[in-house]
Amino acid sequence: MDLSLFEKRSDYEWEIPRAGAMRVPAVIYASEALVRDMDHKVYEQAVNVAALPGIVKASYAMPDAHWGYGFPIGGVAAFDPEEGGVVSAGGVGFDISCGVRCLHTGLHRDDIMKVQQPLAHELSRSIPAGIGSTGEIRLGEKEMDAMLAGGAAWAVQRGWGESADLERIEENGQMKHAKPGNVSAQAKKRQRDEMGTLGSGNHYLEIQEVSEVFDAQIAAAYGLAQGDIVLMIHCGSRGLGHQIGTEYLKRMAVTAAQHGIHLPDRELACAPIQSEVGQEYLGAMRAAINCALANRQILTHLVREVFRRMLPHARLPLLYDVSHNTCKVEEHRVDGGTRKLYVHRKGATRAFGPGHPDIPAAFRDAGQPVLIGGSMGTGSYVLAGTKASEALAFSSACHGAGRAMSRHQALKTWQGRKVVDDLAARGILIKSPSMRGVAEEAPEAYKDVSAVVDAAHAAGLARKVARVEPLVCIKG
Amino acid sequence: MTQVKARWEHYEHGADIGVRGLGASKGEAFEQAALALTAAIADPAAVRPLERIELGCEAPDDELLLAEWLNALVYEMATRRMLFSRFAVRLEGTRLTGAAWGETVDVARHDPAVEVKGATYTTLRVAPQGEGWLAQTVVDV
Repeated sequence: MDLSLFEKRSDYEWEIPRAGAMRVPAVIYASEALVRDMDHKVYEQAVNVAALPGIVKASYAMPDAHWGYGFPIGGVAAFDPEEGGVVSAGGVGFDISCGVRCLHTGLHRDDIMKVQQPLAHELSRSIPAGIGSTGEIRLGEKEMDAMLAGGAAWAVQRGWGESADLERIEENGQMKHAKPGNVSAQAKKRQRDEMGTLGSGNHYLEIQEVSEVFDAQIAAAYGLAQGDIVLMIHCGSRGLGHQIGTEYLKRMAVTAAQHGIHLPDRELACAPIQSEVGQEYLGAMRAAINCALANRQILTHLVREVFRRMLPHARLPLLYDVSHNTCKVEEHRVDGGTRKLYVHRKGATRAFGPGHPDIPAAFRDAGQPVLIGGSMGTGSYVLAGTKASEALAFSSACHGAGRAMSRHQALKTWQGRKVVDDLAARGILIKSPSMRGVAEEAPEAYKDVSAVVDAAHAAGLARKVARVEPLVCIKG
Repeated sequence: MTQVKARWEHYEHGADIGVRGLGASKGEAFEQAALALTAAIADPAAVRPLERIELGCEAPDDELLLAEWLNALVYEMATRRMLFSRFAVRLEGTRLTGAAWGETVDVARHDPAVEVKGATYTTLRVAPQGEGWLAQTVVDV
């Protein structure tokens, strides 16, 4: 992007001053190099979001921001219902509550490398991944509604996990005020066979080694040390979330004019929080958050079963579970007062700072763990929320690397088999049902996750705690 | 007047994929956009048109109708675990009646790369182009 479009506030903060229809400024947190590389669409979309009714303070973009639909991916925006604030289906995304969870294993590299091949094989056999795959669990109508209301807490009640897991999940594993009745029969049908499935695209399950610790004190609070093996799962609310996103995007686009909302682009489809459509969407979206939490919980159970068979001495407690496509009601400090705001994070992670009451007691003093998934074969990061993040972007940080190259271009550039072989030569085992999928997800098709994380750290959005490197990757 | 040759293509969108159909009529452009949707997942030539399903959808204008059509196909692919390679579209005002021919996903033969979550409204456009019609949007994968 052209840097002359911005007013530089610091080396990592770039402001688009309020102009035209904008109600607030737009702010991008990134290094100069990352801003230069960003698509101009990020600028347009951040500006468009700044023009939506009821937006508070600013429209924000994280260091990994890229062209999304309506909102930029890596976008954060908070709305006040008392000021006509809106909720946007595009501002949450189709994959509602897509997120990352990280499990400890208590193991070290040698333990994994002794069984790397058979362990990868067993995980790929046990975790349904890719198109056409189905889970073992079939939910009837009543159980579907119980899952949509109960989230990970429902899954634990049904035996998929331990009650200790729940306090390590945002919302204690259960998003309140979910309305299963607002979820269409089509969305429920789409989910019928998909509980406990990983999905495809950039979703994955990885066994990783902590390769570097940046903040020993916070790492210790999180239970992480150099050489530890952890396991990360990246996936979301599967077909149910996708269908809810699809249906409400249309409803919001069709009803916007009735609500007196002028959309510069239909993809910004939204509805007043206090409208019927807005309230119905919020109930359905919260049910989809529970679906994602339940799904990651079931996947965790499947992983634990594999480890119980292959590495029976290992225990896999949950470090933390974050969602990066959500709209949540949160209290934030604005202009010296506290306001209840509807915070959209589209490809952005909540990052509460030290002392926040919603952080588990075990590491409340350290700040919320912020889990950043890298691309296949590259590193991922554990960060911690900072006190400063509250004032910067409603306690939010980045969520991943972001693509540098389209799928189309990646497919023309790499062959899946060669990507797998190259990574194997580096000791990283990839299991995927689709070699075309592997080519599209080639590590070089993504931006450098380290540059994104360094920018988030330098901007003060979150603090670097540890870097992890993959040893096994089960790809959707 | 030369007849517009029906065809599809993909176009670039950062993280996702743009699907574009071109045809002599609006309906044909919708059919080609559907082929582009399949091609985002797998090679349409590998998908045998063995089973026919019928679809219908409605929207207040052409552009929302294209998104509805593609989303109806996404839904059928997801719930039937099928891929489609042949399409027929009939448009009457704000209503679309269509059919799709395909088969159950065979992971080994189709090598499906990615699941489409839904059709977005990003770069959504249905418009006359030259002697024919263009129908396009970005699909979220």
